[in-house]
Amino acid sequence: MSPSAKQIERMLALVPYLRSNDGVPVTEVAELFGVPKAQIVKDLNVLWFCGLPEAVTGEMIDVDMDALTTDGVVYIDNADFLERPLRLNGYEAASLITALRALKETVAGRDLAALESALAKLIAATGGAERGASAAEVLVEDAESQVHEQAAEALRQGRRLHLQYRVESRDELTDRDVDPLRLITAEGRLYLEGWCYRAQDVRLFRLDRIEGMTVLDDPVAEHEGVERRDYATRLFHPDEDAYEAVVALHPNALWVREYVDHTELGPDEDGWVRIKVVTGDEAWLKRFVLRAGGNIRVVEPTRLAEHVVSETRASLAAYDAE
Amino acid sequence: MAPRTTERLMNLLIALLVTPTYLPKSRIREIIEPYRGQSDTAFDRMFERDKDALRTLGIRIEVGETESYHGVEPGYRIRREDFELPPIDLEPAEAAVIGVAARVWQSARLGDATAVALRKLVAAGVPIDPDALSGVEPRLAASEPAFEAVWDAVVTRTPVTFLYERADGARAQRVVEPWRVVSWHGRWYLVGFDRDRSDQRLFRLSRVVGDVEPAGSPMEFDVPDDADVREIAASLFPAPPTSDAVVRVRKGRGLGLRRRALTQEPGEEGWDVITVPYGSVGELASDIASYGPDAVAVSPPELRAEVRDRLLRVLEVSTR
Repeated sequence: MSPSAKQIERMLALVPYLRSNDGVPVTEVAELFGVPKAQIVKDLNVLWFCGLPEAVTGEMIDVDMDALTTDGVVYIDNADFLERPLRLNGYEAASLITALRALKETVAGRDLAALESALAKLIAATGGAERGASAAEVLVEDAESQVHEQAAEALRQGRRLHLQYRVESRDELTDRDVDPLRLITAEGRLYLEGWCYRAQDVRLFRLDRIEGMTVLDDPVAEHEGVERRDYATRLFHPDEDAYEAVVALHPNALWVREYVDHTELGPDEDGWVRIKVVTGDEAWLKRFVLRAGGNIRVVEPTRLAEHVVSETRASLAAYDAE
Repeated sequence: MAPRTTERLMNLLIALLVTPTYLPKSRIREIIEPYRGQSDTAFDRMFERDKDALRTLGIRIEVGETESYHGVEPGYRIRREDFELPPIDLEPAEAAVIGVAARVWQSARLGDATAVALRKLVAAGVPIDPDALSGVEPRLAASEPAFEAVWDAVVTRTPVTFLYERADGARAQRVVEPWRVVSWHGRWYLVGFDRDRSDQRLFRLSRVVGDVEPAGSPMEFDVPDDADVREIAASLFPAPPTSDAVVRVRKGRGLGLRRRALTQEPGEEGWDVITVPYGSVGELASDIASYGPDAVAVSPPELRAEVRDRLLRVLEVSTR
């Protein structure tokens, strides 16, 4: 979009906003519109020359330049012809509505009810399917809605939780107290982020692996040195002592590269592709290899490769004996 | 230069918005000051460019015939009902949750478009709270290189063509009417009508190779009802259960299998016997194999054979 088009797009929201917010500080306007204060001042200087040209009725938009320069506040007048903002175009409507559909999977309880009614009103007001309201669908596998609602409620009230959590990689049920921090949707799944007393650190818990949840009476505590983690680029932050291994992928298993953090090491003599993976633990990788039905082979460490062999032999014994 | 252009475009927009009837082209040339001093061809060129600039913002300009001193000539107007955001009556709780939309997209371009949309709502008097629901963090990534081009095509309903690589590595050029994009487990899929195969198809955007090019004009096709699109997208979900399997699991192990089990009974020393519903033998077999010696398929025989085959293959590749 050209600079002029961007400016017009902004002005078409700016004018109706200023009409109903007399005397708003220019800094506040700049923050709302996500541009420097100087840009808003420039916009106002252009608006001063806009309106109904003399040949029609001679009404130009009136900006109180004194109030702007002396008090840093904005008053405009004679702008009745721009009473309401420009409607959303298809691209904007689709972006907003899809974002809200994704949000629908994260919130629970009364927030969900508010969101659903808001979404219906927005779709109606933005012109429905014609304007992109049906461009996208966000599918999320259902987690236990009761667990979801309890977690949302504990977050709202700032209460500690007791979890029975299934650690899938080690096939183990764990008990832990957790101070909830956030509910996160990422990669199409719901997670609870919380301070885990057992791990003495921040952990992510997949909601569909929470087998039991109790809201405790204790309020959540302050945890010093807990930084707000950014899950934007990666969901898991491997610890410094994370486990490294080299595996080879059969051409049928190249999809693994889309799911696992890895460094590519190139093909081996059989045409399999070797990658170095960094994972949370060995148990996870072992299960991953057993699951892959011979499409993944452990190259390093030798100990893990041997472990896979002995586990496979032990498993096969049950089929050959009976 | 830029401020002058903005000023001219704004004045054109306002003139077309307030006119009760079509505004003749000759009259527009008189009203908008910078048009006046232009030669006929320069004015025509400028006027065409300006109309296009307004249209890219999503503003619809209507054209009709008018009569003036100059005889019959084209006239223009912008209908207020086309231009303005219709009233949206949101309760405070509804308005509050909408603000969270600003935190959803991880794509800069879609995030920007969402921000523009939210500002329009604020300008219409909707009291949006950008800090609402601070304990909620929905994340929608759009990292596939093909995503933005496909998104544009879906929104504008423009047919597209791209090189697509199937799971088996085979590549082919496809021509598709893009109906809708679907997000599933953090990946985007395109649901659309494949023109060469004359059938609906699901494409994984990460398997689109190279550029996505237009293969037709905007609004060239209709999108079928929601139900049809959902049906195709449903193939992304695990197959619904059709039968029950019997699995032997060691006490305290096989927790993921137990969670889905319909029944659990104690078996011989140290083991339980559970029944697990399944829709795909392959999926359940790989699940069972992943538990190693802690889970053993008992029946049906084809499940037992599948788990055994898989384990034999693991052993074969791991011991050579």
